[in-house]
Amino acid sequence: MSNVTTASSEAKWWGGGKSPFNVEYGKVMMWYFLMSDAFTFGAFLISYGTVRFSTNGWPDPNKVFKSFPFAPEGVNAPLVFVSIMTFILIVSSVTMVLAVHAGKMMDKKGVVRNMIWTIIGGIAFLSCQAWEWNHLHHEGAWWGVNPFINADGTASSTNFTNFFFTITGFHGFHVFSGVVINIVMLIMTLMNKFEERGHYLMIEKAGLYWHFVDLVWVFVFTCFYLL
Amino acid sequence: MSNHDSHSAEHHHDAIAEIKKVTIILSVLTIVELILGFWMIGITSEGMRLAIKGVIVILMMAKAFYIVAYFMHLKHEIKNFIMTVIVPLALFIWFIIAFLSDGNSFRNLRNTYDPHFKEQSTIKVEEKHHGATHEATEKHEAGAAEKHEATEKHEAAH
Repeated sequence: MSNVTTASSEAKWWGGGKSPFNVEYGKVMMWYFLMSDAFTFGAFLISYGTVRFSTNGWPDPNKVFKSFPFAPEGVNAPLVFVSIMTFILIVSSVTMVLAVHAGKMMDKKGVVRNMIWTIIGGIAFLSCQAWEWNHLHHEGAWWGVNPFINADGTASSTNFTNFFFTITGFHGFHVFSGVVINIVMLIMTLMNKFEERGHYLMIEKAGLYWHFVDLVWVFVFTCFYLL
Repeated sequence: MSNHDSHSAEHHHDAIAEIKKVTIILSVLTIVELILGFWMIGITSEGMRLAIKGVIVILMMAKAFYIVAYFMHLKHEIKNFIMTVIVPLALFIWFIIAFLSDGNSFRNLRNTYDPHFKEQSTIKVEEKHHGATHEATEKHEAGAAEKHEATEKHEAAH
């Protein structure tokens, strides 16, 4: 990278007759789409932050997100379930990188194996989220209803649940689309589409999207469960 | 041909080593974040909590960097391309400063000029959802019983 940053080579990149980005069209467009998506998520999270800064009290995440599947009622396990969700997404991101790498090596078997693991990871994450939403709904939380009081014991507003369900829901929708895209990519791989084309660039584009989903979760997880 | 093969095998080895390294870094950062999160549960000092939250935000940015730079491969692209992605995102620095300070200012204004808002944030309420309600009622009853006892003692003393 450093060898192209000098003044003389910059002139070379923009002097015509060269591709100044040296990236395939579809990948450039995926990057720009993800950039616009980053602004959407950024707008959501910043508005959450603004509302939180404009309020005196806020519910304590460790008191709200403390349950666990199959655990007895009233179990106090803050952060445990969400850490599992986070690790599921990190691992699925790693298997996605491995699939992209296998694609570059034209290793069809490697692509298929790692895509299957990535899809399983995505479905596991969605299942965890479905359980958590269902559990919170049973506790009386939903858009417009907030059963949790503020950390300082004062009455809370519905801002907490509204932001939580909207932002995790929008992220979950991205995970769902990512899983669908990955399934399509897996089917195309199995049908030898990429072998015929001679490259696995589509896997790289799906990979960019999937990593973005993981990236957003890093922010959502921190903002809602840790801060 | 054999030269080409050995080169690509070397590249393969490097790429796998990088993936392993980044996986370990991301896992360690996440574990440190979680440790800080657990640690924060028992801390009541507002300044200390803010400091831990600051560290968590820095770790979050580090994780974002590793995902974008290595998993999304942006670090290995040409600088021209990196800039078209990173420069627009720099707007976020301004967005975050502007909107959060706006929210903070709105809170200060309401606390100064809106007595109802200020009052609402001082009145303690009981938790509504089941499980906790029961506990709260018990506590309340226990408190009442204590009070009752105290009154009796007081009367006895008279």
